[in-house]
Amino acid sequence: MKCQFCEKPATFHITELTEPVGPQVMHLCEEHAKGFLNKEASPPMTAIASALAKQLGQSGDVLEELDQKECPVCGISFFEFRNSGRLGCPYDYTHFESDLRPLLVNVHDKTEHVGKKPTRSAGTADSLAKMIGLRREMEEAIEREDYERASEIRDEIKAMEDPIAPPSTPSDTQS
Amino acid sequence: MKRDADFDELARYSGEWMRGEGPESDIVISTRIRLARNLADFPFIRRCSDEDRLSIERTVRARMESLTDAHWKSAHYVDLEPLSEIDRQLLVERQLISREIAESDGSRAVAFDATEGYSVMVNEEDHLRIQVMKSGLDIKNTWEQVNRIDDMLEEVILYAFHPRYGYLTACPTNVGTGLRVSVMLHLPALVITEQMDRVFRSMQRINVTVRGLYGEGSQYTGDFYQVSNQVTLGHSEADLLALVGDEVAPRIIEYERKARQALLKNNRDDLHDEVSRAMGILSTARKISSEETMHHLSKIRLGISMGLIEQPDVKVINQLFLQTQSAHLQKLQGRVLGTAERHARRASFLQHHLAGKDDATWN
Ligand SMILES: [Zn+2]
Ligand SMILES: [Zn+2]
Repeated sequence: MKCQFCEKPATFHITELTEPVGPQVMHLCEEHAKGFLNKEASPPMTAIASALAKQLGQSGDVLEELDQKECPVCGISFFEFRNSGRLGCPYDYTHFESDLRPLLVNVHDKTEHVGKKPTRSAGTADSLAKMIGLRREMEEAIEREDYERASEIRDEIKAMEDPIAPPSTPSDTQS
Repeated sequence: MKRDADFDELARYSGEWMRGEGPESDIVISTRIRLARNLADFPFIRRCSDEDRLSIERTVRARMESLTDAHWKSAHYVDLEPLSEIDRQLLVERQLISREIAESDGSRAVAFDATEGYSVMVNEEDHLRIQVMKSGLDIKNTWEQVNRIDDMLEEVILYAFHPRYGYLTACPTNVGTGLRVSVMLHLPALVITEQMDRVFRSMQRINVTVRGLYGEGSQYTGDFYQVSNQVTLGHSEADLLALVGDEVAPRIIEYERKARQALLKNNRDDLHDEVSRAMGILSTARKISSEETMHHLSKIRLGISMGLIEQPDVKVINQLFLQTQSAHLQKLQGRVLGTAERHARRASFLQHHLAGKDDATWN
């Protein structure tokens, strides 16, 4: 038997149990097995895939429309997310909110965060999204060799950046 | 922070979390907790340009360097991009970095401390992956440490956070708390008595993932299983920690204890024979693969914790689990080795250490 990720013989067999999929066996070579076991267990793509499969059950037109929906900030399409399982930027949770909700229910059975919150919040969600958008614009300017525009944008981003917090960390007050 | 690390030196010692002590350490190898965090003003890794990745790495590094915490100051900060493959592999074997970040491209880094209790990966799947590892079942202290590092970093780094969805992550399976708590268990008795299926089944529908490395038929077994929380959204950190640490892990530990007692009662001689044979093979083999090594080390570890054999110390076995892996072996040897050579050197290394000698005299 060959390793699922390369041509080497599979000498390790790894069982993973994840709801709602149940136990799955992976056949891996030594190298990939070690990487796999050292890697933290996380509900794999199967959970995302099965949630997305439900969306696939929708009529073709609806799905096609959803696939083409793009985040205005980072430019990722829902199609790209469906294929990779990875989002493009924090704003995606807002832009694709209603599309992601069934998936969150499927994976977590919940849709509302409970627990730790950051104590500091600098900048509004809009200004942060704007910065991500500017970074993309800068990249595009560089690509078309418009270095003047790129450097303008860079200055604009610099001005918006969160300054390094003053060095009054808790360790000072503790000691 | 120190801007590099001595990898030859690193290969010679095992981390504090591998010392084989701590609560329930006859069965629990380690507790690991990680938090996934992202910078609020950058795209997630997938949509990052090279420039973005570089900016993230530089921003994070500068802000980490601005921290005045005494412990933090003694941490290493290692740029992974220019590192040799073997040094990256060494960090993977020590679980300081993931294979994914080791094998990816572009700007990426890791900050870790001298005793390796913690590491922070920069530009993994998320911008930051903060993790703390401790020996044995030690949820409380592990959480306190990871939480403290998170608080500290939050002072200087603005995290992507949504009032409804919590800490935002590249993959929606980590959103909310961004927390994954994993307990690594050594369950040879449950494997020998063929009860793992039952354990797997009993874990269903309680929001945990069980992952195991094992063999089938004539294959070698390592008998190591990892239990982690499956969900991250809608449950507090305290609830997730309790689920794994107070509910699931203790239950599996109890199953394993019972299985060990039953083995002692009914199959003591067979077991003792198996443990002694494992010692025999590892002490005399001239060539040995990593998986066969793991299989026999697992049996010896069981023999030690069940009081069947007194030598070697469990610390030696834990050290051998680590140092017989490819990158460690090659760093200790001081050069790159082919597969056949590795098998020969591994056998020699095992023989040497099981005879009670130390690294200094191995060649
Ligand atoms: Zn492979
Ligand atoms: Zn986006």
